[in-house]
Amino acid sequence: CTKDLDRTPITEVTSASVYKDFSNYKAILAKLYGGFSVTGQQGPTGSPDISGIDEGTSSYIRGYFQMQELPTDEAVIAWNDGTIQDFHQMDWTPDDNFINAMFSRLFYQIAQCNEFIRQTSDAKLSSNGIAEKDQETARTFRAEARFLRALSYYHAMDLFGTVPFVTDSNEVAFYYPEQISRKNLFDYIERELIAIEGDMAEARSNEYGRADKACVWGLLAKLYLNAEVYTGTSRYTDAVTYSSKVITSGYSLVSNYANMFKADNNVTSQSEIMLSANFDGVRTQTYGGTTYLVHAAIGGNMDYEAFGVNSGWGGLRTTSAFADLFTDLTGATDKRAMFHTDGQNRVIADLGTFTDGYAITKWSNKTSTGKDGSNNIFVDVDYPLMRLGEMYLTYAEAVLRGGTGGSTAKALEYVNDLRQRAYGNATGNITAGQLTLPFLLDERGRELYWEGHRRTDLIRYGLFTGSAYVWPFKGGVAAGAAVGDFRTVYPIPTTARVANPNLKQNDGY
Amino acid sequence: ITGKVTDDAGQPIPGATVFIKNTSKNATADAEGKFTITGVTSGNIILVARIMGYETSEIPVNAGANNEAVTFQLKADTKGLNEIVVVGYGTQKKSDLTGAIAVVSSKDFNKGPAASADQLITGKVPGVQITSNGGAPGAGSTIRVRGGASLNATNDPLIIIDGVPVDNNNVSGASNALALINPNDIESFNVLKDASATAIYGSRASNGVIIITTKKGRLGDKLNVSFSSTNAVSKVTSYSPVLTAAEFTDIVKANGTQAQTGLLGTAATDWQKEIYQSAFSSDNNLALSGAWKKLPYRISFGYLNQDGILKTSNLDRKSATINLSPSLFDDHLKINMNVKGALADYRFADQGAINAAVAYDPTKPVFSGNEQAFGGYYEWLYNAKLYDLATKNPVAMLQQKMDESEVKRSIGNIQFDYKFHFLPELRANLNLGYDYQKGEGNTNIPKYAALSYYNGTGGSYKHYSQEMKNKLLDFYLNYVKDLKGIKSRIDVMAGYSYQDFIIATPGYPTLDEGGDTTTAATNYAEAQHTLVSFFGRLNYTFNDKYLLTFTMRRDGTSRFAQHWGNFPSVAFAWKLKEESFLKNAKALSDLKLRLGYGVTGQENIGVGKEYAALSRYTYGDANSSYQLGDAFYKTLRAAGYDQNIKWEQTATYNVALDYGFLDNRISGSVDFYYKKTTDLLADITAPTGTNLTNTLYTNVGSLENRGVEFIINATPVETKDFRWNAGFNVTYNKNKILSLSKAQSDTSVGIATGGISGGTGNTIQINTAGHQINSFYVYKQIYDKAGNPIEGLYEDTNGDGVINADDKYRYKSSNPTVYLNFNSQFNYKSWSLGFSVRSNIGNYIYNNQASNNGSYKTFQNANYLANLSSSVLKTKFRNTQYWSDYYVENGSFLRMDYLNLGYDFGRVINNKVGLRANFNVQNVFVITKYSGQDPEVFSGIDDKFYPRPRVYSLGVNLDF
Repeated sequence: CTKDLDRTPITEVTSASVYKDFSNYKAILAKLYGGFSVTGQQGPTGSPDISGIDEGTSSYIRGYFQMQELPTDEAVIAWNDGTIQDFHQMDWTPDDNFINAMFSRLFYQIAQCNEFIRQTSDAKLSSNGIAEKDQETARTFRAEARFLRALSYYHAMDLFGTVPFVTDSNEVAFYYPEQISRKNLFDYIERELIAIEGDMAEARSNEYGRADKACVWGLLAKLYLNAEVYTGTSRYTDAVTYSSKVITSGYSLVSNYANMFKADNNVTSQSEIMLSANFDGVRTQTYGGTTYLVHAAIGGNMDYEAFGVNSGWGGLRTTSAFADLFTDLTGATDKRAMFHTDGQNRVIADLGTFTDGYAITKWSNKTSTGKDGSNNIFVDVDYPLMRLGEMYLTYAEAVLRGGTGGSTAKALEYVNDLRQRAYGNATGNITAGQLTLPFLLDERGRELYWEGHRRTDLIRYGLFTGSAYVWPFKGGVAAGAAVGDFRTVYPIPTTARVANPNLKQNDGY
Repeated sequence: ITGKVTDDAGQPIPGATVFIKNTSKNATADAEGKFTITGVTSGNIILVARIMGYETSEIPVNAGANNEAVTFQLKADTKGLNEIVVVGYGTQKKSDLTGAIAVVSSKDFNKGPAASADQLITGKVPGVQITSNGGAPGAGSTIRVRGGASLNATNDPLIIIDGVPVDNNNVSGASNALALINPNDIESFNVLKDASATAIYGSRASNGVIIITTKKGRLGDKLNVSFSSTNAVSKVTSYSPVLTAAEFTDIVKANGTQAQTGLLGTAATDWQKEIYQSAFSSDNNLALSGAWKKLPYRISFGYLNQDGILKTSNLDRKSATINLSPSLFDDHLKINMNVKGALADYRFADQGAINAAVAYDPTKPVFSGNEQAFGGYYEWLYNAKLYDLATKNPVAMLQQKMDESEVKRSIGNIQFDYKFHFLPELRANLNLGYDYQKGEGNTNIPKYAALSYYNGTGGSYKHYSQEMKNKLLDFYLNYVKDLKGIKSRIDVMAGYSYQDFIIATPGYPTLDEGGDTTTAATNYAEAQHTLVSFFGRLNYTFNDKYLLTFTMRRDGTSRFAQHWGNFPSVAFAWKLKEESFLKNAKALSDLKLRLGYGVTGQENIGVGKEYAALSRYTYGDANSSYQLGDAFYKTLRAAGYDQNIKWEQTATYNVALDYGFLDNRISGSVDFYYKKTTDLLADITAPTGTNLTNTLYTNVGSLENRGVEFIINATPVETKDFRWNAGFNVTYNKNKILSLSKAQSDTSVGIATGGISGGTGNTIQINTAGHQINSFYVYKQIYDKAGNPIEGLYEDTNGDGVINADDKYRYKSSNPTVYLNFNSQFNYKSWSLGFSVRSNIGNYIYNNQASNNGSYKTFQNANYLANLSSSVLKTKFRNTQYWSDYYVENGSFLRMDYLNLGYDFGRVINNKVGLRANFNVQNVFVITKYSGQDPEVFSGIDDKFYPRPRVYSLGVNLDF
């Protein structure tokens, strides 16, 4: 009976069988997109993708938000989970488990994409007997998987600088990948995006939740805007080129700013949101993602039912430095000023006290018509990974930084489009003279806050570290203090370096 | 035929059984030792006399020819050396053992009520640590034989019940796999500790093997009916120290905001007293045994009903066993058939209530006075609605959550042992067995309960079930030959084994009160796992002094792509006592040296990891689907795998001396061992990006255990009326992780482990090369002159001027280094008195209840208050300090496990019925420095621990 030792799974499938049936392909593609949203195969928890950390905390969006927003003037958190306070105090170490979890999540996503790309090569599609018509669809799927991999590599490059490099040409095995330099990784991402452009669906032609050519252009625009940080060489002209492509591809601003962060934004905001991580209170459940963003921001005397949820987790607020970007916090003037100030102190005395620092009410599980989302624990709000508003500001900044092929007139027009939406009329419009780089940073804060942009923006402006700009509790002191420049990239987690001796630590850690 | 049974000294032995071999004709010796068997057919017969404590004797008689009286003079079997010990695939005389095997038979079991079999031998065997998992009805134990050989693979010993290796995994709804075996049916435990004893079980033997044998009927016995009933009351012994209502009010007023002070109530509730109760339990057993003609049988029934001290917890277990053991064809074919069945109904108490009671505001009443809301229980409100973040009323958690399960289990086997007619030295043995478990239950919470207030339209109704099927086939041949010419004896065995495990877990949705699905059903899961083995053993004895054992097992598992592993062992024993230079040393009755070496394996990385070497895709459930376009897709995930994953191996060295003095009135042994595990199966970080998971089960690193075991059993006093037996054993065990990385560098911080309550995903322990398993990883607290900890002030252990995560250090571990046990049994005439005292030394414990509730921050919540651990009175911490070594306390303890007083009334009611009664107290006292509730928590993290009760019981045994 020694043949009985060759057992194969009963209720799972093997890679040998799964790719023979084309109907499985979409389910695997859904996992790749879902990688930004869900944390495992059982919602909300129970069969995690990432181990070694609480499952809700392992969420891509939750981890990305924490690393992009908590170390900035935009967000503080009251909790005492592990080293979570180190983010805002900017004294994180290579042993930080949140950093480790995000590092793991990024490469989990990359590895899943690699596997799909590997298993859907033209040769594999033929040998698996996939029909010619389906092969064509599969090639689009494959291009999208390459896009998603490029997006995660972009996040990895932005957060960590130099990272291990694995592609679909590596098999699943035990080996020690080489570390790729930030510049080489930049080149790789750029190459990949340009290579897949032709295989992607036309802009705005793909179904909801899937990437198209505009997403490729949008990611290229982000890449070029920050090129100087990543490679030492600026690429503002390319940033102008690709943000223009997006802007002229048929997207339009959503008239009501707040609707983009509500439970039915999948219905109301498709004209502006180019790609989102999708959530659903019943069908896409997680303790990360927007469920985290809505619950964690509710505390103090805030009425959680006004946000369509059953409780507040009493965590996220903002600093006075961010509140200072608005002259009127009530939202009566600039509607993007979505603060809860009642019972909250403007000045933070204790990071661990929710009522210290103004609360932010931007994310909500109410629909645009004021109804509750489909579930009062898990939230329906989709998280915009890229949207037109960001492209407007990218265009304006690239033009101001010297990129050619655009015009300051256009830049001013785009910025004022955003401000007219914010004010409801032209009273907030600025003049050409007011359109400066410092204004644009503040405007990005007002327009894009709590959407995961702030750290990258502050670094591009040279304000994230050093003493040129300090905000409350930067560097761990209430008044704010200078922070070493090495903190513009996160450290390679110790556990990753132990597992792979090829990985060198980033300078300063 | 008439006769008499006496001892060496000619004193009669009343009660001895005398029977004619291979018949059911028998008699019992009377008070003068005399017996009479009538109706005997003439001819040559063999007469057998037998009673416990003496060697069995046979005398051939020519019946009818001469009806003279037959006199048996039975030799007392005090030495125990002729005791038969069950080893893997066979038995051996105790004196011929070469490996480290401990036997505990029913007469030596711990006294008092035992809901779970493992409690019978707690503390009895050196090198075996049995830690009960708390006081819940039917709660199991964590058993460790000579420390754990693995880091992440299972460290549980292999348990074999009547030849069937049982599944140690709990089926859903069961608290403990062993709780489904009725302890009253167990005859003996044989604990195989070193590799020369265990290697015959190869791949599953690294953590020792425990062979459990159940009671049987015996040829020649008349029907014996015995009934026992034990009724007990369990009481809480101690509470977790928390603030009283008055202390709490003072602290909130002194440190809280106006809003917080405003939340204070006026009641004075001791929440811990509200959740615990004095609990009653009753254990009743009926056993019928004897022989019907040539068919020995034993049938037993058990009924246990046990309430837990945490309100609402209950176990109701019915069990039955049948054993038939006929011999056919002139004793050439022996058949042994066992069927055991148990039906257990559990009601589980929500153990979250333990922490909730510690943390619930003592100024609040249990009931709100409003019958309409939350079933009348007080709950925290905000804006007149339930405040979901607040602690829930612990009494309501217990009373309103109906978590009930029904578990069925049956274990059975039939064993044929055939001695060849033409070659009686050769035996063939075939064993067919099964182990079936099914558990199903419901977790229901009504709509009005705060626990499920927000689930859909309220309420939570969930069904669950699981089924485990395990089947077994063993076959072996055994050849034993005395070669007198060369003073040798050989005993060769070779065999084959096949075992298959199936586990099936259907998914069910969670519904709300309205019957709507709030959480969709998880996917149906089923997995299968097969082991195929070939094994053999050679025992060679020369001159009855030198003993040599070789064993070899070749094991195949379906878990790994490389199925096969080889597990050899060799052992040598030298009976020094038999040598001429010691033969005449009168005081010395036994001296034997044992040396052993062997390799064992481990492949059990747990349920759900049956296909760890295969590239597979896992379906997502309906709650983790993803929207593309207008449709939601259930996703397919590529799972991580290591195609090269293979056996973990443990090499064990054992050096031991068995000794006996004064005709073995004093006996025991001392063992030294060293165990090294290589190719350690551990869940480690995969090189980032290389696999489809961030952590991967693979072979990595190594660890070691070294230790000493010493045991002494003695009968210090033995007179006609008074007898004192005493036993003492001590174990020293130290483990160390030698390496934990596939990469060369072992300088890593290590693998964090030991999750704690408080925050999300926080851990308190770490596994690092060069250190003990599960070392605490904490900051070094700095104290003021008065000896109180200074908040947030820690030592800069690496001296870099900054206090950060790099300053955490590895401080102690939850593993005890020394275990001690002392037990005594006094018999005076009809009275008996016994006790057992056990001590663990060197185990440290993290007081999670104090660390999580031990700062002012604990009560400073928005819209609700939470009570504090009394430790705050000393620390005065404003914020929680989870990682202060202040909370890692010395958990060394001395516990009296039981004290038992018994009286034997002898034969009553016209000499028809034997009556014994006993009074027993379990968990009599604990002496410890630990400031929390109970220092004996296996994980070393004191959190939500169901406290062990003190149990007072009265037991009665009747023999008919």
